[in-house]
Amino acid sequence: MAASPAATRIDISGLGLSYDGTALFDGFDLTVEPGELLCLLGPSGAGKSTLLRAVAGLARTERGGVRFDGGCGVALMTQDDALLPWAKAIDNVVLGARLRGDRPDVQRAAALLRAAGVDAAAGRPATLSGGMRKRVALARLLYEDRPVALLDEPFSALDAITRRSVQALTRRLLAGRTAMLVTHDPFEALAMADRIVVLAGSPVRIALDAAPPRSGALRDPADPALRPLYLAVLAALEDAA
Amino acid sequence: MRLALSALAVFAVLLGAWWALSASLGLPAYILPSPLQTAAAFAARPAFILENAAVTALEMALGFACGAILGILCALAMAAALPVRMVLRPVLVASQAIPVFALAPIFVVWMGYGMAPKIAIATLVIFFPVAAAFADGLRRTPPALAEAARVMAGTGLAARWRVLRHVTVPAALPALGTGLRVGAGVAAIAAVIGEWAGSSAGLGYVMLWANGRSQIALMFAALITLFALAIAFAALIDVLTRRMTPWIAETP
Repeated sequence: MAASPAATRIDISGLGLSYDGTALFDGFDLTVEPGELLCLLGPSGAGKSTLLRAVAGLARTERGGVRFDGGCGVALMTQDDALLPWAKAIDNVVLGARLRGDRPDVQRAAALLRAAGVDAAAGRPATLSGGMRKRVALARLLYEDRPVALLDEPFSALDAITRRSVQALTRRLLAGRTAMLVTHDPFEALAMADRIVVLAGSPVRIALDAAPPRSGALRDPADPALRPLYLAVLAALEDAA
Repeated sequence: MRLALSALAVFAVLLGAWWALSASLGLPAYILPSPLQTAAAFAARPAFILENAAVTALEMALGFACGAILGILCALAMAAALPVRMVLRPVLVASQAIPVFALAPIFVVWMGYGMAPKIAIATLVIFFPVAAAFADGLRRTPPALAEAARVMAGTGLAARWRVLRHVTVPAALPALGTGLRVGAGVAAIAAVIGEWAGSSAGLGYVMLWANGRSQIALMFAALITLFALAIAFAALIDVLTRRMTPWIAETP
C-alpha cells in the first residue's frame, strides 16, 4: 500500500449556499484540522450532507468557499454505496483510475480489498452482503488515495455487529487522512470521532463543537466517561430539532 | 425453458382453436382454410415460401441493425451535448408522428422495388424505441453513481467522456435492452409494410400474390411463416440483450 498522503486542513469560510430558494448556509465557518476525523451530526435537513457535497465540489456555493491547505483532492463514500452493479469488487475499487484515464493498479486494489476484509476475487455487488459492499466502498475510497475523505452516513444501513467492525476498520484505515463523516447516530460519533460537530439550521450554525478524549482505536460508546459528552450531543440535537 | 414450454402450450391452444373454428363454421377454404389445408399449401411450395421468408428475414435483420445503430448513436449524441438534445428531441418525436404506412409508397418511389425501401422503413420504425429507451437510460444514472463518478473523474471534456463510457452507458444498458426488444418485436411489421407498398419478393409479397389469386391457404401459410419468423427474431434479440446485462436480476 502507498504511504498516506500529506495531511490537509479543510478551511470552510463564509460559506453561503441556498437550497430551493432559502439560504441554507449564510456565512458558515468550520475548520477541520489535518488528520482529524470530524463527525457531523444534526437533525434531518440541517445541511450535513449539503456541507459534505460543498466540500466535495458537488454543491454550487454562492459565497465564501472551501480551501484545502496541504494538498487538495477528496474521496467520497455515500450511504448508497454507489458501487457499479455490473462490475466485480476489484473493478469497483479501480473505477477512479479508469475515470481519470490512468492505468488501474490491480495489485494495490487487491491489497486494499484484503485489508478491508474482502476476497480480492469477490464478484458483483449483488453477490455481496451489505457489510461486504461497505468494505468494497471503503477500499475504493482508500484506492483514491486522497488527503481528504468524505463519508455521508456510510454505515447507517448495517446491523450493529457489522457496523461496529466496519467502524473500527474505517478508523484504522483512515488514520492520517482528514475526514468528515456525516452520521445521525451519536454513538457512532462517540466511537469514531476526534471531534464532534452538531449542526443546527437554518441558516446552518454550529450547535456543539466538542472533542472526546483522544484515542487511537475505536471507543466504547457506553464508556461512562463519555456519558457527559453523549448528553451534551443529545441536548444539542434536541435543541436543533 | 419454462417460458418456451408455456409459449408452446399457448401456440397449441391457438392452433386447436383455429382448427375447431374452421371445422365448426364449415367455411370454404378460400375464406378460412383449416390448419391442415394451410400445411398442405406450405408443403406444395416450400421452396417458394422459404426463399421469400429469407428475403423478409434479411430485411428485418438489416433494418434492425440500421435502426439499432442509428438509435444508439442518436441517444449517445443527445447524452453528450445539450444542444444536440435540443435539436434531436423534436426530430425523434416527429419521426414517429409520421405514419409509416403513408411513407412506404414514397420510399418505394425513391428507392425502387428492391430491399432498400423495406430496410429504410424498418430502420425508421426500429430507430425510435431504441433511441427513446436508451436516451432515457442515459439520463437516469442513479444519482449516487453519477456523483461518485464526478468526484472521481474530475472535470474536463475527457473526464466527461470517461464517465459516459465507464458509468453512464453501462448503467443505461438495461434500458437499451428494453428498446432493442421492442424494436425487434416490430421488425416484421415494418418489413411487411415495405413489401406491401411494392415488392417482388418477401413474405408480404407472397401474401399479396396469393391474395390476388384467391389462394388463401397459401396466404395463411405465408402468414404463419411470418409469425414464426417474427417470434424467432424477437426471441433471438431477447436472449442477446439479456446476455448484455447479466447483472440484472429478473423476478421469475
